[in-house]
Amino acid sequence: MNTQEALFNYILRLGDNGLILSQRLSEWTSKGPFLEEDLALTNIALDIMGQANSLLDYAAKIEAKGRTADALAFFRNEREFFNTLLVEQPNGDYAQTMVRQCMIDNFEILFYGALSKSKDETLAAIAAKSVKEITYHVRHSSSWIDRFGNGTEESHARAQRALNEFWRFSDEFFEMNEVDMVLLKEGIAVDLAVLKPVWKKNTETIFAKANLKLPETTFMQTGSRKGVHTEHLGYILAEMQHLPRMHPTAKW
Amino acid sequence: MSKDSQGPLWEVFVQKKAGQPFVHCGSLHAYDKEMALQNARDLYTRRSEGMALWVVPAAAIVASSPEDIGPFFDPSNEKVYRHPTFYLIPEGVKYI
Repeated sequence: MNTQEALFNYILRLGDNGLILSQRLSEWTSKGPFLEEDLALTNIALDIMGQANSLLDYAAKIEAKGRTADALAFFRNEREFFNTLLVEQPNGDYAQTMVRQCMIDNFEILFYGALSKSKDETLAAIAAKSVKEITYHVRHSSSWIDRFGNGTEESHARAQRALNEFWRFSDEFFEMNEVDMVLLKEGIAVDLAVLKPVWKKNTETIFAKANLKLPETTFMQTGSRKGVHTEHLGYILAEMQHLPRMHPTAKW
Repeated sequence: MSKDSQGPLWEVFVQKKAGQPFVHCGSLHAYDKEMALQNARDLYTRRSEGMALWVVPAAAIVASSPEDIGPFFDPSNEKVYRHPTFYLIPEGVKYI
């Protein structure tokens, strides 16, 4: 594949992660555990949506087929999405949402830190801006993990259950295929193999501080690099896309 | 009525720019210092209100009561000699 095709796919991965995760976090709107936290999480969802917006705008430009970010967001089907499987997992209770978020935030801080040195100037700029926001997200989710793990028996049990459930989606963050190889040669992509041990160590430290044990399972879920998703993505897209699809020419 | 389980009340102060006074902008509930600071950032700095935050447990604040207005504050109204109105401040100096 050529650089343009690889770059389009690469940016879609990043934009789709933001889009789907933001959609999931928005499900907490007005349902947060208390007022301040409701605002905190929806602010985080907005930050992530902002990143997704910039990325999908850029993806549309790279594709050069006249599609807009909106067209990419609302008129693609499941198999054309390249977000990781973890972002589409259900919110569950607040411990579950925070465990998922902690795993993702700790990956993104490393990933966007590295991407801000990309030879692609647009990606580097988006990454540099995102790092500031993600630094705050890491702080937020890590302190919740601490509270849940070191809180009550119930909070600990819920957090541990979520960690056991989601651990099998962690390897997927670091999968590389032909897209990465093409872009690594150009100095555009991030070498995920380098990030993996750092992420492992950082998450181990955070969860250990919360007295949460990393599961011993070695089975890892996979598929999103090929557009193969879990059963959840269909429902997320149905809710997210049905309005623009019902009224495709509406403007607001 | 159920017991309030939102945690203690904190008052939030925002400083717009370095060197300027911290201004009271609202309150929030939180269980500890770190959460209070993060919640203050999420609630009260959404629109670039400032560059620094203070959060203070409301219980730590000692306030004057309305009955005090007479003895505390009225006497200074008639003491014009205490106000620095006889100095000319150069133009462009906003914060002295």
